[in-house]
Amino acid sequence: MLDVAGRTASAPQPGSLLRRPSPGALIRTVVIVVLVLFTLLALPQLLSLYYVDYMTQVAVYAMVALGLGVLVGRVGLMSLGQIAVLSVGAWSAARLLFGTSQPFPLVLVEAGLITMVLGTVLLLPALRLRGLYLALITLMLASAVYVVLLTLNFPNGGHGFTGYNGNQIHIPPIRRPSIATSDPAYFRYAVVVAVLMFALVAIHIRTRPGRAWAAIRQSEPAALAAGINTTLYKLWAVALASFVTGVAGGVLAGAVHYLYSDDFPAYTSITILAVVLMGGAYSLWGAIVAALLMQLLPALLNNWGVSNDWLTILFGIGVVFTLTTAPRGIAEQFPKDMARLGGLLVRLVRRGKPGPAGTPEPVSAPAPAAASEAEAP
Amino acid sequence: MIEVENLTVRFGGVTSLNRMSVSFESGTCGLIGPNGAGKTTFFNVLSGFVRPAGGSIRAFGDDLLSIVHYRRARWGLRRTFQTEQAIEELSVYDNVALVHEHAGKSGGSRRADVLDAISFVGLDADPAAKVGGLGVGQRRMVEVARAVVGHPKLVLLDEPAAGLPDAETSGLADVIRQIPARTGALTILVDHDMSLVSACCDTTAVLDFGELIASGPTAQVLRDERVMRAYLGTAEVG
Repeated sequence: MLDVAGRTASAPQPGSLLRRPSPGALIRTVVIVVLVLFTLLALPQLLSLYYVDYMTQVAVYAMVALGLGVLVGRVGLMSLGQIAVLSVGAWSAARLLFGTSQPFPLVLVEAGLITMVLGTVLLLPALRLRGLYLALITLMLASAVYVVLLTLNFPNGGHGFTGYNGNQIHIPPIRRPSIATSDPAYFRYAVVVAVLMFALVAIHIRTRPGRAWAAIRQSEPAALAAGINTTLYKLWAVALASFVTGVAGGVLAGAVHYLYSDDFPAYTSITILAVVLMGGAYSLWGAIVAALLMQLLPALLNNWGVSNDWLTILFGIGVVFTLTTAPRGIAEQFPKDMARLGGLLVRLVRRGKPGPAGTPEPVSAPAPAAASEAEAP
Repeated sequence: MIEVENLTVRFGGVTSLNRMSVSFESGTCGLIGPNGAGKTTFFNVLSGFVRPAGGSIRAFGDDLLSIVHYRRARWGLRRTFQTEQAIEELSVYDNVALVHEHAGKSGGSRRADVLDAISFVGLDADPAAKVGGLGVGQRRMVEVARAVVGHPKLVLLDEPAAGLPDAETSGLADVIRQIPARTGALTILVDHDMSLVSACCDTTAVLDFGELIASGPTAQVLRDERVMRAYLGTAEVG
């Protein structure tokens, strides 16, 4: 884990203890509700099944990016082991879904809790380290989990602890919830789970742990001096990130029906980190942008007949470009750029119009060429 | 009252504090010395960031060294740092309330205590304003407000005037002078600005190369020949 606290930059927004009505809060809520409703109701109708499947993956990886965002953006810890955490969640959910008849939502919670416990216990000694050493340890943990998965294999309906039977000819698919067996229905289900996970993280950020994380990110000694148990709150962040990623693993298990160890190579953690940094680790919207980059972009390239190998180059350039020009990520830079563009257009349009009641243009008015250019669109 | 006895801190082969014994009675006490004398190390020991090789610290009857670092705020220890530590992304109010929240103070008194601390330091800023948008002087006062909120027992101020213009230093001196009367806390001030130390501190201790070379009434200490030689290398103290 590397410390990328970005202390000079403005901030993720922990909740305030000073309760005041915020004029932007209502607008934000309305925008979120409209977007969620659009995603749930309209999007599956508008997209082909090909893209619906990919959008389910976007929902899954939005949760993964959300978990990594908690670590990177809130506590300043950069993990390179998130793919391993995801695989633990997927494995646990698959085992429970094959081995029990528990309802799907309960299995998701259990997968999240198992992953939370394992993730926290595994990272407990690692939290004493920082910087490059921690990054290396998490990457090695991801590699170790991959090796274990290659040995154990994913459950496929067999008996015993691993639930794996190598002699099966017809492997049963991992079941989905009865209300969401079709792909569009399961996409909606995944979106609802993702919305719940985003709400869970948002609540954390807006309350006591969010403020403690902000203090830790700014300065650990100052946080200690303020009475914050930094170890507890860092573990809390790791536990929350692991829980969310574990639930994402459960959703992934239902989405793909069949899980294989080769689906979780350790290097994917690096890709996840790259897209999270590009999307914006400091904002919840950044997690969605990151998931779109990671899952929708390959789908689009596939559809256009472009090799996915280009993605590695694109992400490499993208990370360098984002960190140098917009270190807060696309999610925070894009609205600023749009606002700037909007302001520019408004100014151009105003210059092109005569003043009220035939007021003549000021002497410093733009040249006719600029005015006609402004009227063009 | 704080009684320090034979406090020794070593970093590898370097002895940062060498069998330091001193007591800080009440009010505002100065702690001065040249760079590297061990002043911040002493603060770090009090804060629990550095474990001493030997010695003891009794603070208001408690063995301070036996308290875990993050629990010392709950005990009543507050401090500022040489570098700015106010949390940029939080509001002025939340920066101060955060300390109140984690120092085990009651939520019922939070709003009054926090606004009182902000008002006490004379911070001319909206409590809801983000600290990231404030000037250097205002941020420094936010840190002082964090240090005095919630009835502390011991306030450590580590070079609070560093980088401040004279006018703001003067305002800061007024605040520091009032901390003991207002909060009842023993305040220890580390600063290189002798006029600030003279203005705020009734008593002062002087460290040089990790050893206590003088302590007593500030005016008397600043005239001490060893202090002048060790601290400034001249016979004059400003």
